Amino acid sequence: MGIKISNDSFFERVDKGIKNDFMRQAVSSAQDRLEGRKSAITEEMGDWEDWRELSEEIRQHTLENLDYYLNQFAENVAKQGGHVHFAETPEEANEYITNVAKQKNAKKILKAKSMVSEEIGMNEALEKAGCEVIESDLGEWILQLDDHDPPSHIVVPALHKNKEQIRETFHVKRGYEDTAEPERLAKFAREQLRTEFMQADIGITGCNFAVAESGAISLVTNEGNARLATTIPKTTIAVMGMERIVPTWEELDVLVTMLCRSAVGQKLTSYITGLTPSPGGEGDGPEDFHVVIIDNGRSKILGTKYQSALQCIRCAACINVCPVYRHVGGHSYGSIYPGPIGAVLTPLLEGYDDHKELPYASSLCAACTDACPVKIPLHELLIEHRKDIVEKEKLGTFTEKVMMQGFGYGTSHPSFFKMGGKQVPFLMNIVAEGKDGGGIGPGPIKLWTEIRNLPNSKGDTFRKWFKKRKGGARDGNRDDQRER
Amino acid sequence: MKVSLFITCIGDVVYSSRVGRSVVEVLERAGCEVVFPEKQTCCGQPAFNSGYHKEAKKAAKHFIRTFEHAEAVVAPSGSCAGMVKEYPHLLVDEPSWHDRARKLADKTYEFTQFLVDVLNITDIGAYFPKRVTYHTSCHMTRIMKVTEPPVKLLENVEGITFDTLPYKEQCCGFGGTFSVKMLAISEQMVDDKVKHIVDTKAEVLVGSDLGCLMNIGGRLERLGIDVEVMHIAEVLNQRQETGESVGN
Ligand code: SF4
Repeated sequence: MGIKISNDSFFERVDKGIKNDFMRQAVSSAQDRLEGRKSAITEEMGDWEDWRELSEEIRQHTLENLDYYLNQFAENVAKQGGHVHFAETPEEANEYITNVAKQKNAKKILKAKSMVSEEIGMNEALEKAGCEVIESDLGEWILQLDDHDPPSHIVVPALHKNKEQIRETFHVKRGYEDTAEPERLAKFAREQLRTEFMQADIGITGCNFAVAESGAISLVTNEGNARLATTIPKTTIAVMGMERIVPTWEELDVLVTMLCRSAVGQKLTSYITGLTPSPGGEGDGPEDFHVVIIDNGRSKILGTKYQSALQCIRCAACINVCPVYRHVGGHSYGSIYPGPIGAVLTPLLEGYDDHKELPYASSLCAACTDACPVKIPLHELLIEHRKDIVEKEKLGTFTEKVMMQGFGYGTSHPSFFKMGGKQVPFLMNIVAEGKDGGGIGPGPIKLWTEIRNLPNSKGDTFRKWFKKRKGGARDGNRDDQRER
Repeated sequence: MKVSLFITCIGDVVYSSRVGRSVVEVLERAGCEVVFPEKQTCCGQPAFNSGYHKEAKKAAKHFIRTFEHAEAVVAPSGSCAGMVKEYPHLLVDEPSWHDRARKLADKTYEFTQFLVDVLNITDIGAYFPKRVTYHTSCHMTRIMKVTEPPVKLLENVEGITFDTLPYKEQCCGFGGTFSVKMLAISEQMVDDKVKHIVDTKAEVLVGSDLGCLMNIGGRLERLGIDVEVMHIAEVLNQRQETGESVGN
């Protein structure tokens, strides 16, 4: 699939999202549920802020020493008989993975949930190589059945679907005849998937965190499917983003605690799996164990002002509180990474060409920044993007540029500002600019008044009132004079 | 205490003198001397948030020059006061300016924060016999971290009935340029806010940020919903004697 999930323009996608009542209902109730649970469970911890700080420190320390920990991890995997492959591009990663499949003569591949595998378009590559890929995560499986509908959330990929829609998919694709009760749907999915589990030749998983000190990968799931995917087939391939690593089990403990609470409001999810290679079938890990570490643009982010974006542990807390996401849904972002983190990360990984609207798809309310368990200043990073878009990429519109230059002049030349300030329209024009980046779009006032009234601003401006007022004016002017 | 008032762009012109006047009168009632540095312009937030940081720096430096000798700077807007707190970061590459920015940021306050945290006033002797709800604006809550002061002040207004707004921490969809650049999304957000306000059955929506109030108020009016929108200073300026603001 790759990162980009749609060829429609941003505003077309948003329009579709807003008009999709089913999706919006599903999203807002999921947000309320997830956020409610998260608040309850973080309150229980009492010192949540201290935990956030500790987690931030761990992530920062790891990123500062990423080379060291990746090497340590790779050495430790190799020592135990596993294989580590560093892939700079999606192509390199897919080549390695399909080669393993070919060597094993694999027909059926069982997958646990992995965002990075979506990012590199791994399924398509494997299918091209003649393999059948089966998603074992319930949400992912639903999407796969539904003609590869893209995920709309990084933790709950089918969040945009309600149970009736899921029932319909099961009915059309697999002849399901029962009701839309979640338990029934889950039971049916389990029966269908169990058969696949038993026949799989290779299991492929993501990796929540690699543990450098012991050459292990860890998986955090609620369905247990990742365990089946890594125990039944003899070969396991884990794909991980290069930043998803911790020094030791101790840091893993902290981050998993934060991940589970932030993602789904649970103390721990049902299954936390630590996995190391067990060649010769001695231990309980996979006999043949491969880890593919994917760069795909990440190393270019290291050392820049955007580095903190790599602290992300993909918990989706920022998405679950985002008011924009609430109304437009995940697909509107046009990326497998939606919401605030998606708006930050997608342009970093793929450039601005297809994604230049994303940094503006935020009211900068900072709910995301507040929610993030590893303290990524998401809304500030969105402003940094805007800055790069206008300063470096020169993608700001002409009218906006002229207006902002006028703003810079006006705000540092009070007499000019006062003159302009007399009229609401002038103010509105500095506060806002045309909508879609086209040169001559509708002006901001016209856009504003499409849906709202302007306040009644008849009468004196404050300045005038203050001046006329006895006493106040004298003080004000005296103060002003002194500065001149 | 001598207070230098930063009235903000919207406070200066959009609401004419309505809000600013209450701010001045309440501060005076609290024993402050209010001065208005005439050379003030805008805090620079529109440019800053749009990524035009060169222009934002110009505005910031002008603001610093205008206000740095003040004893305390007070703004009737959490968002604009929050922008001043951002100056040290914005000017981080210019050490002398950075230092001046830091000093200024330390003595800049949002209006209710100043009353409660600096002057230790939680009851200003206001009388307002209406049912109100309060919109906690995002920058005030999350950037200024001011959450208690406005609520304390409102709760101590005589005659008032105060209802907590459901989903109070959710953004109203203003976001400066966002309100027009992303009009369709902004509309959905403000409609949600309107719905929650209507749910409280409040007669008056009170807020501390004029941008949000302009957005919510404008939408309420467009939809023909009869809820009055007031800045918190206007409510605190209502007295028992007249039921109206005093000090004209
Ligand atoms: S940015 Fe923070 S809140 Fe969002 S997914 Fe990543 S870790 Fe979670």
